[in-house]
Amino acid sequence: MAKKEYAFYPGCSSQLKASASNYLTSVNSMCKTLDVKLTEIPDWNCCGASIGYAEGGELPRIAINARNFALAETHLPGQDIVATCAACWLGARESKDRLDENSVLMKETNEALAAAGLHYKAEVKVRHMVEVLIEDFGYDELKKPVKKPLEGVKFAGYVGCQTNRPFGIAGESFENPKYLDKMVETLGGEPVESYDQKVTCCGGALAFSEPDKSQKQIRDIVESAYDHGAEMIVTPCPLCQANVEVYQSEINKKQGTKFNMPVLYYSQLMSVAYGGSMKDAGLDGQLIRATRLEEIAKK
Amino acid sequence: MSAHNSQAVERYRNDFLREVEERVEEGQWVKMCMQCGVCAGSCPFGPHWQHSPQKLFMMIRAGKRQEVLSSDSMWMCTSCYNCVVRCPRQLPITHIMHGLASYAHRLGLAPKSQPTREFATMFWNNLAKKGRVNELKLTLALYFKDGLVSGIKTALGMQSIGLGMVKAKRLNPMEILGGHGLKDLKGFHAIIAKAREIEDKKKGLVS
Ligand code: SF4
Ligand code: SF4
Ligand code: SF4
Ligand code: SF4
Repeated sequence: MAKKEYAFYPGCSSQLKASASNYLTSVNSMCKTLDVKLTEIPDWNCCGASIGYAEGGELPRIAINARNFALAETHLPGQDIVATCAACWLGARESKDRLDENSVLMKETNEALAAAGLHYKAEVKVRHMVEVLIEDFGYDELKKPVKKPLEGVKFAGYVGCQTNRPFGIAGESFENPKYLDKMVETLGGEPVESYDQKVTCCGGALAFSEPDKSQKQIRDIVESAYDHGAEMIVTPCPLCQANVEVYQSEINKKQGTKFNMPVLYYSQLMSVAYGGSMKDAGLDGQLIRATRLEEIAKK
Repeated sequence: MSAHNSQAVERYRNDFLREVEERVEEGQWVKMCMQCGVCAGSCPFGPHWQHSPQKLFMMIRAGKRQEVLSSDSMWMCTSCYNCVVRCPRQLPITHIMHGLASYAHRLGLAPKSQPTREFATMFWNNLAKKGRVNELKLTLALYFKDGLVSGIKTALGMQSIGLGMVKAKRLNPMEILGGHGLKDLKGFHAIIAKAREIEDKKKGLVS
C-alpha cells in the first residue's frame, strides 16, 4: 500500500517527557509498521482543552486552534490533521465546525490570525488517529502485520468521553461503542465485551480540582474491569489513561482497595502485536507494569 | 461590585435572558430548552450540582441573575458531553455551562476559591505563556495554591506518583527551567490579544 501522510498534532501531553510520552512512542512504532508518515505541524500550539474555558473565553480559544489549522494548510497542504489526544481532537474539531458554520466568527478569527501574519482558508480536515486507523485502513488491513497475537490476554475497552461524544467514531453508538473491542480482537486478544463502564467519565481535568469526586468515578471504572475478568484496560485518550492509572494507588491508600490494573493505549497493543519491543511500545513508561504484554514483547 | 458587573446590571436591567444571549457563549440557545429534564440526570458529579443544567436554564428565564452567576454548579461540569448527545433540542449544554462559568468569573461573581475555577485559570495562564502546557509547573502551581505549608503536604502525599512519573519519563524535572515553548511566541500572544479585544468589544465588556 502507498505511504499515507498526515499533518500530526501531538498535543502537549504527548511531547518528550510529558505525561503521555509513551503514547507518542507507541504511535510512532505503529505508524512505522503501517507505513504512515506523520509530520508535526510546525510550531503547533496547545488547543486550550475544555478546561481552558474559564479564563480563555470563546474567540481566543477558537483563534489559537485556527492558528494550528493555518500552519498546517501553509506547510503541509492537502494533508488531514491527525490528533492522538481526545481533547485536542475535540477542541480542534469543535473550533473548525463553528468556524465553518459561522461567517462572522470566521472573519473575526482571521482578523486575530492576521496579527501573526496567518490566514485560515477552511480547507483542512481534523481527525482522530482512531478514525484514520478504522477508515483509512480498516480492521482487515490492521490485522495483516500482526506477528505476535495477544493471545489469552483479556482487555476492558475504556472509551471514555471525548473520543466518543459529541462526535464519536462514525458507525458507533454513544452508549456502546465497539471499536476498541474490535481492535483487541484484530490483534488476537480477548475483549471483555460485558465491561459496563466503557463510556463513564473519569472526571477529566477535574481530577485535579475535585480529586475525591473524580476518584469515585475512577474507582467504578477500575472495579468494573476487575469484576468482568479483565487483566488490563485499554483506552484511546491520554487523560483517561493518566487518570485511571495514576490514581489507583491513591484510591488504594484512602479506601483500602488493592487496585493494580495496567492501563494501556490501543497503539501500545498494536506495537507489541506488530513485533515491537517493550521500548518501541512504550511499556517502560507504565506506572503499573503490563507484565503479560512485556512477556509477549520479549518472545 | 466589579466595574464590569455594575455596567452589565445597568445595561440589561432586568432582562437576564437577553444578557445571557448576548454575552454568554452559545447563550442564544437557552430559550430553546423545553425543560424535559433529560440533562439533569446526565452529569457524572450529579449529586454535587445544586442546580442542574435544566434548573439553571429555568432560572435564567426567571431572571435569577445573582443566583445563577454565583452558583457553584456549572463549575462541576467535567465536559463529558453526556447531556449534549441526549438533549432532544440539541442544546450545546456543555458550552453553555462553560460560558456561564466563564462569564461569572469575568464579572467577579463566581464563588471564591472554587477549585475548578482556580485550576482552569492556572491552566489557561500556563498555556498562554508559552503556547504549550508545562505540566510540571501546572502541577506545582496546583499544589502550592493554598500556600507553602499545605503545598508541601500535598506534594509529599503525591510524591510517590510524581517520582514514578519522572522515572517512567512522563514528567520532566527540567521543565522548571523552561520546557516546551513556541518559536513564534510573539505571534501567538498577538493572536490571543487581538481575539480578546474583538470579543470584549462585541460583548460590550470594555473597561
Ligand atoms: S488537549 Fe491537552 S494535551 Fe491536547 S493540546 Fe490541549 S492541552 Fe495540550
Ligand atoms: S474519560 Fe476522562 S479523560 Fe477521557 S475524555 Fe472523558 S473526561 Fe476526558
Ligand atoms: S435536555 Fe435539553 S431540553 Fe431537556 S431540559 Fe436539558 S437542555 Fe432542556
Ligand atoms: S458535559 Fe457538563 S453539563 Fe453535560 S452532562 Fe457532562 S458534566 Fe453535565
